[in-house]
Amino acid sequence: MRREAPKSVADYTPLFFPALMLIVFFVVPFSTMIAVSFFKRNPSGFYTPDFVFDNYARFLSVFFGGVLGFSLMLAVLVAVCCVCIAFPFTYLLTRRPRRVQTLWLVGLLSVLSLSEVIIGFAWSTLFSRTAGITNLFVAIGLMDKPVALLPTFGAVLTGMVYQALPYTILVLYPALVRLDPTLLEAARTLGASPIRAFFNVVAPALRNTIVATLIMVFVFALGSYLLPQILGRPQHWTLSVLITDQAIYQSNMPFAAAMAVFLVLISLALVGLTLLVGRRENAL
Amino acid sequence: MNRLIGKSLTRRGVLGAGLAISGVLAMPSILRAQDKSLKVGVYGGYFKKSFDEHVFPDFTKATGIAVESVAEPTGEAWLVQLEQAAKAGQAPADLSMMSQTSTLKGQSTELWTPLDTSKFKHYGDLLPRFINKYPDGRVAGIGAVAWWITLVSNTDVYKDAPTSWAALWDKANEDKLGLLALASNSFLLEVTAKTFMGGTNALDTEEGLNKAFEKLAEVKPNVRLWYRDEAQFEQALKSGEIPMGQYYHDVTGLAIADGFHVRSTFPKEGGIQDSGNWVLSRASTKVDEAHAFIDYMSQPSMQGVMSRKVGTTPTLKKEVLDLKPEEFAAVSSDIDPIIPRYDLYTSKADWINQKWTELIVG
Repeated sequence: MRREAPKSVADYTPLFFPALMLIVFFVVPFSTMIAVSFFKRNPSGFYTPDFVFDNYARFLSVFFGGVLGFSLMLAVLVAVCCVCIAFPFTYLLTRRPRRVQTLWLVGLLSVLSLSEVIIGFAWSTLFSRTAGITNLFVAIGLMDKPVALLPTFGAVLTGMVYQALPYTILVLYPALVRLDPTLLEAARTLGASPIRAFFNVVAPALRNTIVATLIMVFVFALGSYLLPQILGRPQHWTLSVLITDQAIYQSNMPFAAAMAVFLVLISLALVGLTLLVGRRENAL
Repeated sequence: MNRLIGKSLTRRGVLGAGLAISGVLAMPSILRAQDKSLKVGVYGGYFKKSFDEHVFPDFTKATGIAVESVAEPTGEAWLVQLEQAAKAGQAPADLSMMSQTSTLKGQSTELWTPLDTSKFKHYGDLLPRFINKYPDGRVAGIGAVAWWITLVSNTDVYKDAPTSWAALWDKANEDKLGLLALASNSFLLEVTAKTFMGGTNALDTEEGLNKAFEKLAEVKPNVRLWYRDEAQFEQALKSGEIPMGQYYHDVTGLAIADGFHVRSTFPKEGGIQDSGNWVLSRASTKVDEAHAFIDYMSQPSMQGVMSRKVGTTPTLKKEVLDLKPEEFAAVSSDIDPIIPRYDLYTSKADWINQKWTELIVG
C-alpha cells in the first residue's frame, strides 16, 4: 500500500480530534500550571498573578535537590527491576499455549484493577510484624521471631515494582509475541545455548521496545506518592509527596506548580537523553 | 432513521423543550426563596451524615428554616472556593465549618461577615477559645465542632497509661510512635513548648521556635510512622504494630467501644484541642437565618446532643451543660488544653513548613 502525502486541509481532518484532546487535556492544564508557578504566593491564603521567580528559587536548594535525586533514582530503579523481571517472564509466557497465555493475561489485568491504596495497605500488612510474612518464616523455622519489614526502602521498592509490573508485561507482550521465532531457531542451529540466544538475539532485537518500556515505567513510577508514604520513612518520600503537601495542605499552589514543572522538565530531559543515546547507537 | 430524528427534533422544538426544562429546574429555587432557607457547609463523610441525621431536621422543625447541607472538603480547598465564589458574588454555602487557620486566612480578605453576638442567647457561656475575632474585635466565627488529639497507646504493649507527652521523647520508645506528618495538623511544636518550654508563648519568637524544633528533632528516632492518613495509624495502633502515638480522642473511643486494646490519655500537659468555626460568607444574603442557626447550635441542650450523638467537645462552659460526668469525660477533660498557635500557621506558614519538612525528611 502506498501512502500519499496529505494535499488539502481536509486530508488533515483525522488529526483534528486528537489535537483537540491534546490541547484540552494537556496543553491548557500544563500551561496553567506553568503560569501559576510564576505567581506570587500570599502566605495568609491565596496567590496573586505576577511574574516572580521566588518559587523556583526556593526549590533550588540542597534539600530539594536531594529529594529530586532520590525520586529519580527510585523511578529508575523501579523501571530497571520491572523490565528485568517482566522481560524474561513475558518471553517465557509467549512460548506457552494460547490458553495459558490468556489465563495469565487475565490475571495480570485483574491486578490492574487494584488501586494504589489497596496495594499499599496490602503490602503494609504483609510486611508487618504482627500479621506479616515473617510469621510464616517463624512457623517453618527459618526465623526466631517475627520482625517488621517496613518502613524500609525495600518495602517501597517492592510495592512500586508490584504496582508497575502488570503494565510492563502488557507493554512488552505484543512485541514479544510478534518476535520472529526463526531468529531464535537460527541462533540455536548455529550452536547458541537458549540463554545465550535469549541475551544475544532476542534482547537486542527488541532493544527499542525495552527502552520504550523503561521510559514508560520510569514516568509511571515518578508520579507515585502514596506507596512511599505507606511503606517508607520520610527519607523515602518522593518529590510528588512534597508537591501534594504544598498543594493540598499548605495551599501554596505557586510553589507546588514550580516543583511540578521542574519535575516534568527533568524527566522530559532524561527521556530525551535516553532516546538520543539510543538513536546514536542505532546509527552506528 | 435520520429523517425521523429530523422531524421530531426541530429547532423550535428543542428551544421549547429547553425553556420548559429550565423553567422546571428554576421552580424549586423560586419556591425556596419564599420560604426561609440556609445552605450549610459541613465536612463531608461522618460529620455531614451526623448533622443530616441529628441536627438539621430538628433545627428546621424548631425554626421553620429549611437547611440544605453541602459536603465540603477538609483542608483549604473549600476556603479557596468560597473566596473565589465571593469575588463573583456567589455563596456555595451561607454558613460553613471552617478550620481555625482557614478562618484566619479568610479574615485577611474580609471573607467573613462579622457576626452580631447580641443575637446569640448563650454567647456569654461560650468558652473564649471558641470565639474567633478579627484583629479589631469584630467576631468572625463561632465554635462549631471541637475535638481532641491525645496521647494514645496499645494496652497490650503498655500496661500502664503514659502520663505525659514526655513519653514521646522517652528513649525506651525507640521506633514505636506514630505521629501526624505536618506541623499544621500535628501541633507538635505546641506540645513541645507546653511540655518543655513552659507554654506555647515560647513560640512567639523565632528563637523560641528554633529551640522547639531542636527539642522536637530528638523525637525522630522514636517515630516509626509519620502519617497523613488516619487509617494508616489506626490499624497499626490496634494491632500493636505501632503501639503509641498521637491520635483523635473520639475515634479512639469508637475503637475501644469495638473492643480493641487501645486507650486515649489526656497527658498532664493537656490534650490538643482543635476545632472548627461557623463562618458566614460575605456573599451570603441569609444573615438572619445564619444567626438563628448559630444561636440554635450554641444552646446547652444542642451541645449535649452533639457530644452524645456526634462525639464532639462542647463549646460552652461545663457548668451550663446537661452532660453527666461520664458523658463529659468521654468527650473532654478538665485538664487545661493545649490550644494550637493558629496564628503561626498564617504568619510564618512557609518558614515553619520548610523547617518542619527538613526536620523529618532530612
